Amino acid sequence: MSSDNYDYLDGNAAAGELSNLFAMDVTAAEGQCAHCGEKRRFAEAHLFMRGPGIVARCAVCENVLLRLVNVRERMFLDMRGMTFLSLDTSQLQKSS
Amino acid sequence: MWRVGTVVALHDETATARTMTLEVPDWPGHLAGQHVDVRLTASDGYSAVRSYSIASAPNSEGRVEVTVERLPNGEVSPYLTQEVAVGDRLGLRGPVGGWFVWRTQQTEPIQLIAGGSGVVPLMAMIRSRVSAGSTAPFRLLYSVREPGAVFYRDELHALSAHDHSVGVSYAYTRTAPKDWPRPPGRIDATLIATGAWPSNLGPTSYVCGPTSFVENATDLLIAAGHGRKNIRTERFGATGERK
Repeated sequence: MSSDNYDYLDGNAAAGELSNLFAMDVTAAEGQCAHCGEKRRFAEAHLFMRGPGIVARCAVCENVLLRLVNVRERMFLDMRGMTFLSLDTSQLQKSS
Repeated sequence: MWRVGTVVALHDETATARTMTLEVPDWPGHLAGQHVDVRLTASDGYSAVRSYSIASAPNSEGRVEVTVERLPNGEVSPYLTQEVAVGDRLGLRGPVGGWFVWRTQQTEPIQLIAGGSGVVPLMAMIRSRVSAGSTAPFRLLYSVREPGAVFYRDELHALSAHDHSVGVSYAYTRTAPKDWPRPPGRIDATLIATGAWPSNLGPTSYVCGPTSFVENATDLLIAAGHGRKNIRTERFGATGERK
């Protein structure tokens, strides 16, 4: 058993919110954790949505990968927990 | 980008779950396993957004079905399962999510593992397989509290009766039907060994349910030799309302 703390979801669950920001689906993108170096799909991150925003943590080392907070008319995005995101650009042709 | 969907049909799956069929004229199409965000706006402007898995197969008619389980203290699900009427209009955003999806080009064996209402996106995959004429072998292991809580029961029964490449097995956690061979309980290693594809066939597994259910099922698959890379998961929280 990996954890007794079951209050997280998968990175999948951030797809709607992230679609406000990005032209491509970020949840299917591969990202690298800036702390442990693990490369996984963003959809596999652990997602915490109970606070005022979204926090995604690495499924391996729990490093914070992404924070997204909406305050009134302003959105704050912090992605310094990832060294890169690699996206499949073929989806750009499919969606108009 | 928000679109407007009109409710065109309602169908009760169980005493607490209802399927809504929405018509969305400019729907861009979806893949099996994707979800849609539903927004309700009250007359005072207050709005609430929830994410629901799409139950229907991809189609070109702009039809989207979602099955919603009513949660006792939910803010949105009681409305969607009790108040919504045919003709009502709802805000929709999506489809979203590109990872927990089954594409019709996939030919490998598919293992679906559902906990409760986690069966919804997996049903979209089964329906997508049927509508595309795919011959990929599918198995569904469906963990459910009691027989009365099963979604899509008749459709699943008809499918597995007519097509031996779709196998459905149930794990009852609280109350099993009379003469059911297995006492009520969670999915365990024995059930994975008998009800799931063996790992040497190279299946892709999709596991959807409450977080603790997904943890347990994923650990069992890995213990049975399945590679983590071939297991895709979708968890939903204790409230079941995914945001």
